Amino acid sequence: MTAPILSTRGLSRSFHGLQAVADVDFDLPPNQIRALIGPNGAGKTTFVSMLIGRIPASAGTIRFDGAEITDLPAHARVARGMAYTFQITSVFSRLTAHENVALAARRRLGAARGAVDEAVMDALSRTGLAGRAGDMAADLSYGHQRLLEIAMGLAQKPRLMILDEPTQGLAETEIASFKRLIRDLAAETTILLIEHNMSVVMELADRITVLNFGQVLAEGTPAQIHANAEVQAAYLGTGVSDA
Amino acid sequence: MSRSLAIHLGLLALLLAGNFVLPAYHHGNMARIMTLAVYAVGYNIAFGYTGLLSLGHAMFFAAGMYGMGLAIRLGEAGALPALASGLAAGAVLSVVVGLLALRTAGVAFMIVTLMFSQACFLAILYFSEWTRGDEGFVIQAADRVLFGLDLSDPGNRYVAAWALFSVVFLGALWLVNRPMGRVFIAIRENEERARLLGYDTFRMKLAALVISGTVSAAGGAAYGLLFGYAGASFAGVQYSIFPLLWVLLGGAGTVLGPLLGTLFMFYLIDLSSGFTEAYMLIAGVVLVALTLFAPQGIAGELRRRVWKALP
Repeated sequence: MTAPILSTRGLSRSFHGLQAVADVDFDLPPNQIRALIGPNGAGKTTFVSMLIGRIPASAGTIRFDGAEITDLPAHARVARGMAYTFQITSVFSRLTAHENVALAARRRLGAARGAVDEAVMDALSRTGLAGRAGDMAADLSYGHQRLLEIAMGLAQKPRLMILDEPTQGLAETEIASFKRLIRDLAAETTILLIEHNMSVVMELADRITVLNFGQVLAEGTPAQIHANAEVQAAYLGTGVSDA
Repeated sequence: MSRSLAIHLGLLALLLAGNFVLPAYHHGNMARIMTLAVYAVGYNIAFGYTGLLSLGHAMFFAAGMYGMGLAIRLGEAGALPALASGLAAGAVLSVVVGLLALRTAGVAFMIVTLMFSQACFLAILYFSEWTRGDEGFVIQAADRVLFGLDLSDPGNRYVAAWALFSVVFLGALWLVNRPMGRVFIAIRENEERARLLGYDTFRMKLAALVISGTVSAAGGAAYGLLFGYAGASFAGVQYSIFPLLWVLLGGAGTVLGPLLGTLFMFYLIDLSSGFTEAYMLIAGVVLVALTLFAPQGIAGELRRRVWKALP
């Protein structure tokens, strides 16, 4: 087995005594699409927020690409090749779509205007936003703003891309093209996906990790997770398939 | 040449032409306005572009003024080294204040900068042996000679103010189109997002504050040298509020805004004081009206209504 690009050991976080994430050991091999699922409040966003450095861990370690990053600030982790798209859309609303993506590309490419423009147009056309390059981000529809978030992630050419509920608020047709995009991406990067839409999870994920009450409840292929009785119980008996 | 550069160069040409056509009274005013606009440009880099609302920029203006003035008064420096000393004072002060104040944000940042500025103001009063405190000191005409030009001569003074303003003005235009300037804007718009794009936002904000403080200090040093006086009132709260008003009126986050705002407010007070002694009342009403009906300032409205790409 290849060495994992990302791994955590004993990763924990508590908020005022409430244990949001408890003692999570997690390994993600390169070029995998991994889905992270779990009921509301299971600690998914807290977990990935610790990975990217938005909140510090209470205990445990995080390793990325062979180096310990537990104490690095968020911007340094991004510089090492992680990218994060927000659950709640967080684009630069008073800047154009082009400039939003250019900001993402420029940290990597610097002042080379030609290369930046090329990376921007590439990211925008892959997300289907090429025709919107000149629009203010605030004027884009909600679905397009979600796609713009993903375009910003693409432009960073990350080695690990963390997507926090990327399909939330997307129309069915947009979800279909999102799935195609993620499948394309898997060849060049590793993807960690928090997702509620089970059709997206079942179709895309190579493996699934289920969190419940801040702990890893199960991990396996989509078929294994689908058949897992504990997982079904965690989802209050609704069954994973029709969630 | 891009349209934006053409507009900004055109404005500079217009200002230079003023040297030859303006009547003496307005000629003197314009020299003063351009010098104060340098201060406003500096303030705009922190506030307008990076979103750092400082209420203490008078300390940087005063650092430039006293860094320059004391070099002449105590160090018997020439005008050029004195100016350099003013700039250095502004740069050093903004690094120190930035490292401390930027640990806070928002309202706390406003309060911390205000307090630092008050501390500088009180320090000027306290060390009156050197600074002559409240009274301030005159910089003699003999010391105000730069490259053989006597800066107490109105024509020379105008051209010197214009030259400094031009450098700062075009420098600001260049900066905001550079990747660094774009990151400043990104921080103003959404700091968390900028950080998660991999930018070290603390370092970038420090850079913005140091550039801003140093340009403000250039304004202060030039003001002292051109008009021959350094006094503690320039370090007071009033001089921290002025650039905020100028930039808000002219258009925060625009390159043209600081000059337009300074010009507008200078003449607003000048003209209304010709009518009545309650001139601050007129100025106040106009300010309120502008804030209500053109909240993005003069250049901000131009950008909104006429040309969206105005930098």
